[in-house]
Amino acid sequence: MPVAVSIQQLHKRFGELKALNGVDLKIAEGELFGLLGPNGAGKSTLIGIMAGLCRADSGVVTVMGKDVVRDAAASRRNLGVVPQELLFDPFFKVREVLQIQAGYFGVDRRHRAWIDELLESLGLADKADQNMRSLSGGMKRRVLIAQALVHKPRVLVLDEPTAGVDVDLRQILWSFVKRLHREGTTVLLTTHYLEEAEALCERIGIMNHGELVALDSRAGLMERYSHYQARMRLRGMGDNLPEPVTAALTRREGDTVWLQVAHNDDQLATILAALHEHQIQVLEIETAEQNLEDLFLELTQVKRS
Amino acid sequence: MNVRGTWTLFSKEVKRFMVVAMQTLLAPVITALLYLVIFSHVMSDRVTMYDDLAYSSFLVPGLIMMSIIQNAFGNTSSSLVFSKVTGSIVFVLLGPLTHLEFFIAFVAAAMFRALLVGLAIFIAAYFYVGVTVAAPVYVLLFGVLGAATLATIGFLVGVWADKFDHAATFQNFVIMPLSFLSGVFYSIHSLPAVWQAVSRFNPLFYMIDGFRYGFFGQSDVAPQLGVGVMCGALLILGILTLVMLRSGYKLRT
Repeated sequence: MPVAVSIQQLHKRFGELKALNGVDLKIAEGELFGLLGPNGAGKSTLIGIMAGLCRADSGVVTVMGKDVVRDAAASRRNLGVVPQELLFDPFFKVREVLQIQAGYFGVDRRHRAWIDELLESLGLADKADQNMRSLSGGMKRRVLIAQALVHKPRVLVLDEPTAGVDVDLRQILWSFVKRLHREGTTVLLTTHYLEEAEALCERIGIMNHGELVALDSRAGLMERYSHYQARMRLRGMGDNLPEPVTAALTRREGDTVWLQVAHNDDQLATILAALHEHQIQVLEIETAEQNLEDLFLELTQVKRS
Repeated sequence: MNVRGTWTLFSKEVKRFMVVAMQTLLAPVITALLYLVIFSHVMSDRVTMYDDLAYSSFLVPGLIMMSIIQNAFGNTSSSLVFSKVTGSIVFVLLGPLTHLEFFIAFVAAAMFRALLVGLAIFIAAYFYVGVTVAAPVYVLLFGVLGAATLATIGFLVGVWADKFDHAATFQNFVIMPLSFLSGVFYSIHSLPAVWQAVSRFNPLFYMIDGFRYGFFGQSDVAPQLGVGVMCGALLILGILTLVMLRSGYKLRT
């Protein structure tokens, strides 16, 4: 599949801080990609470099094949960015803001229908003639999304678009992002809400300390990195458990043990064999999948330690 | 060239100052007219310039040019600082405008405001003291060059400044003294020789003196020299601005 965003060996320092440390990433055309990471992981710096708001120390970034530095104007025509902060120009009304943003991209007045459609789709139609200052935070967020889409970019970057918005608006935004994705727009979403990434994204990258510490499909990530929880009720268990059980043990209460078992090897079989060998009978066994939040914490904390 | 994009940014900047026209257009016109009324009332009977020119008439071009200078500088510097402080500069930076288009749009909007203010003062002064225009081409040339030069200086200061206080400091401690000491209220020939020489190092002096030549056909230095100095200054400042924009200084970190 053709590549929409290509990032190669991207490095960026702010003084002593390594904001990005050799990031490599490719996002395919039409993909809905989620970029996760704790505060300060480097997500916004990465987006800033893609958008030309920030200069990389080294590395190459292209958007739809256009270099973001050498062919800046062409790459920006293909890119829409929804910034994280609630930025707005207090001198203008909502419709004026969208017309101005469209104008920067050379979009002429014949595209007014698209602006009307954006206003309608994002629930802004009745606010079109209101000044930006008078809007609530949620409404300002919608305007930011409309501004990013006003030139019909092929790649849309949403930097934590649902931070601090209410549940209703989050649902509206999610369905709008899904619609754009269905219509072929490549979407890069950064978020703190892991359920958002789980619900929306086909592929996920996890950043920590300026590095991409994990990159795969959601299912692939879980398969590759994660564990699942196994709860077992045992009979004949003494104080000393067999070594394969203690190695996986996370909790013990009475005749019940909780174990963390790897997905990708035969750890469970080894545990069961050891229990059988020590004549410990398994009365009950129950397993539960780890969710993305567990995985996120595991990966970012492991890296930190 | 992204003509529509450049025009859009220019129009947006014009709308921005039109929204607060009382502050950006009317206030400087009233200030200049107050200077004119007070100084012409106090001085007219006592001083004549260039042999037989009434002081009130002499004052008009200087006041117009001083207003052009201050408003051209104020528009680019304040708009850029405001956009940076509120973060709304991002919307322009995300667009596909080149450095040159960005620069042209901002400077053109500031020139438009400055020349509007200048025109309004001229019209009011025309009815009040009855000024004449001896060489309209020079009036236009110096008006446009003066506005462009100060708008460019304002642009540089706007990019450099991190807060309103920085831009205001530059306006109050550099632009204001240089404009007051550039011959708005006097001919440099009325100064001691040493201060005449010092005045020639003040670039704003050439703007006001050349502009005055356009009105009266008389000036302290040859208007051609003034045109040369201003074109040179504008070229150097323009190149400096474009180099700064290309480097991303304070805008694309």
